[in-house]
Amino acid sequence: MRIQADSVRAKLKGVLAIALAVSIAGCGDVPQTIMDPAGDNARTTLDLFVPILWLSFAIFIGVEGFIVYSMIRFRYRKGNDGIPVQTHGNTKLELLWTAIPAVIVVILAVMTFRVIAVQAAEPAPDAVQVEVVGNQWWWEFYYPELGITTANELYLPVGRDAAFTLKSNDVIHSFWFPRISGKMDMVPGRTNKMRFRPEKTGEYDGQCTEFCGFAHAEMQMRLFVVEQEGFDAWVARQKASPSPSTQIATRGGELVRTRGCAACHAIAGTDVQGQIGPELTAFGLRTTIGAGLVENTDENLAAWIRNPEAVKPGVKMPALGLNDEEIAAVVSYLKELK
Amino acid sequence: MATTTGELHIEGLHLPKEPPGFKGWLLTVDHKRIAKLYLFTSMLFFALGGIAALIMRTQLAVPDAEVVDGQAYNELFTMHGTIMIFLGVMPLNAAFFNYLIPLQIGARDVAYPRLNALSYWLFLSGGLMLIGLGLFVAAPDAGWFNYPPLSEAKYSPHLGVVVWLISLGTLGVASLAAAVNFVVTILNMRAPGMSFARLPLFTWMSLITQFLLLFSMPPLTVAFILLLFDRVAGTSFFQPSEIGGDPVLWQHMFWFFGHPEVYILILPPMGMISDIIPTFARKPIFGYTAIVFSGITIGFLGFTVWVHHMFAVGLGPITNTVFAASTMLIAIPTGVKVLNWSATLWNASIRMTTPMLYAVSFVALFTVGGLSGMMHASVPVDHQHTDTYFIVAHFHYVLFGGSMMGILAAIYFWWPKMFGKVLDDSLGKVQWALTFLGFNLTFGPMHVIGNDGMPRRVYTWAGGNGWEWGNLLATAGSYLTALALALFVVIMIKSMMSKEEAPGDPWDGATLEWSIPSPTPFYNFAAIPTVSSERPFWDAKYPSHRATHEPGNEETAPPALYDKADEHIHMPPVSYWPLVFGVGFTLFGVGFVFMFVPAIILGTLMMLGSLYGWSLEPS
Repeated sequence: MRIQADSVRAKLKGVLAIALAVSIAGCGDVPQTIMDPAGDNARTTLDLFVPILWLSFAIFIGVEGFIVYSMIRFRYRKGNDGIPVQTHGNTKLELLWTAIPAVIVVILAVMTFRVIAVQAAEPAPDAVQVEVVGNQWWWEFYYPELGITTANELYLPVGRDAAFTLKSNDVIHSFWFPRISGKMDMVPGRTNKMRFRPEKTGEYDGQCTEFCGFAHAEMQMRLFVVEQEGFDAWVARQKASPSPSTQIATRGGELVRTRGCAACHAIAGTDVQGQIGPELTAFGLRTTIGAGLVENTDENLAAWIRNPEAVKPGVKMPALGLNDEEIAAVVSYLKELK
Repeated sequence: MATTTGELHIEGLHLPKEPPGFKGWLLTVDHKRIAKLYLFTSMLFFALGGIAALIMRTQLAVPDAEVVDGQAYNELFTMHGTIMIFLGVMPLNAAFFNYLIPLQIGARDVAYPRLNALSYWLFLSGGLMLIGLGLFVAAPDAGWFNYPPLSEAKYSPHLGVVVWLISLGTLGVASLAAAVNFVVTILNMRAPGMSFARLPLFTWMSLITQFLLLFSMPPLTVAFILLLFDRVAGTSFFQPSEIGGDPVLWQHMFWFFGHPEVYILILPPMGMISDIIPTFARKPIFGYTAIVFSGITIGFLGFTVWVHHMFAVGLGPITNTVFAASTMLIAIPTGVKVLNWSATLWNASIRMTTPMLYAVSFVALFTVGGLSGMMHASVPVDHQHTDTYFIVAHFHYVLFGGSMMGILAAIYFWWPKMFGKVLDDSLGKVQWALTFLGFNLTFGPMHVIGNDGMPRRVYTWAGGNGWEWGNLLATAGSYLTALALALFVVIMIKSMMSKEEAPGDPWDGATLEWSIPSPTPFYNFAAIPTVSSERPFWDAKYPSHRATHEPGNEETAPPALYDKADEHIHMPPVSYWPLVFGVGFTLFGVGFVFMFVPAIILGTLMMLGSLYGWSLEPS
């Protein structure tokens, strides 16, 4: 019976593992856990998930307990060679254990349908409108009412609805901030709608969750949920179109205009108006580069410009063949865009 | 003459013999040989799929590992999924359809023996094309679900997806042919008295599975052909364009197959354990009728739930609600099954053999997969979990914890019947314990990292998200599982080399296959049995311990299982044509991948020629 005891222990471990995940909700070690919601959809979903989880635990313990108990209690013992009673079944029991799952299912269905209805609500009239466009392998965020385009990092005011229009330029992507809301696919040729309301200020990581090709793993994004004043300040910074303050930054700006960057990238207020790659307006405010891949430091940015492929394999941006001095100038220009 | 076993020795009876040698195997139409071919071929493919999994787990053990790059990883997970489903679990099930269905219904072969051989050769052809062309030409890299537009030529320009479509199309033809064959076999070739209320449960669940294949494979094949048109003829069925086309159409067609496919993978192992658990409990299955009807219900409902794979596509709250409801309904027949298996253990006298441990593990682990499945029927929860490691954990609990545990139980259980040798039970228990621990260690922690936001299908992941220990444990578990399966190979080899012969009825079985010698004679049954209950062999052995559900039956002694021997046993002759057709199909398929017209023409001629020869051949 030693083996049997091992199997019990293995099962207990599984239970403990999930219980642990539940109990560590809220601690900073798991920044993308669905157990610590910071948006209304994630919260209503968790309120649905937790009772289902406990119900599942109860069924799990009941069924597994019955199996393990029966395996031990009714095991063959030496000398007991009689043939057990040949029970064929029991109609009352069959009816009972058809009815019990049916009742559980009805309860689950009612709970589920209520949350589906809650989450299908129309956005409030003052919702921030954002159009999200998926690209291999980065995100474009366009705020039509504000005339702002940015990439890979978006800002939203806390406590206000956000209404998203989800599109894709190439393959299917999926838009997901685990702590804010469940995911929604971005299907080329279709326009999906989604709404949620961030409920806590903070920084939230998100990612593409529909397999979208080579660098799917490196298609991440970041959401900054800020107070309304912070949001307004961010909007103002997006529209500032600052002029380079140093000679080297000015030279960087020239290089951006003349050495190929403008073929793909756009910077508001300048004649750099490419439409293929991520928008660079207010690039200096970004905390990451390469769609959430590395921190936006001078060194990382220089390494990126020198050879994007070395930082993010599969990226569509080519190395432009700039020398170190030119790269430093471009870095200095880009970092001043804020 | 009345006897309980099929071993009849009659003066002057001419017993047909197996065709000898390697050639005998190539030209065989014998369901038992075809079963063994399926068994070992799919074990080899399974090993390849397992190696792919090990490489992936090695890459994912720690953050930012560089064992493989993104392209290789994408090819690996595409191949792993495709191999395990189409070249692993499905043909392992097919091995048991082939071996057991005729034996359990008291027949000497399947209805169409040559078609059966053709199914195997087409399966081998599809498998070799996928693996061979995948390794040496171009591997598919758009996932086993191949969602357009990613699978279209624009985003996956090499031949990988075409290889995948042609190979899987071939496998689909093999499955369809086999499905027709087994349906006809079960409907028409049952021994006298073998009514549907007496059909062994493995055969019952297999019958339901064949119907699922019959109805789900055609739409998938249509989808394959449309995507193939998109790729090679420039049509636009699945890509958005001015002339129409919608990527979501593919998803509907794929999952209309894909969800019944889950039951195609799990129903046969459900049948296996429904025969195994009662044998070692020394009791009848609890609620035979409930198990049969819940199986039929699951099969039917399986066609009504496909959108739960597409809850995040954006089909709207009404559609999602309807499909959430239909999905939740499946929990009822599934729960009924689990409770009936469990109840069979009550008041039993349980012999703790390796097949029994595996069969009970199926119930225990499948329950976990079923419960997490319930969670995903709940649309908002699914919106959080879908495409994360939580889902990976869920379906591995169903397909490994369920299907594979059931199949391993079945291999241990029916091996003596197939090969006339026993698999070492002590080593088997160690092997079971390692598999059980390794499996739970691999997939248990994935629930947690998925819940903590780790997406699936990523070739690398960043540290600092709390996913470190879960991934490391999963990788350790996958190595342990690999060790357990390597030990299984050792156990099989040891058994093959052993001189110890298995008795005809090593487990005190209840169904017809145990009433004949081990290994099964070429002609299966010297005499065709007469069946009077769903446990014909048990009732013949223990007339005073029969189940008392058939009213009045307990009073009278059962009629003899075998009372008159056939004077002449006719077995179908060997045939070249299935093999020729299979080779022709392969030439056609490979020719199509490379658009090499001579191979296409030659392959077509071989197929037409073999059909002509086939139709003239006496059977």
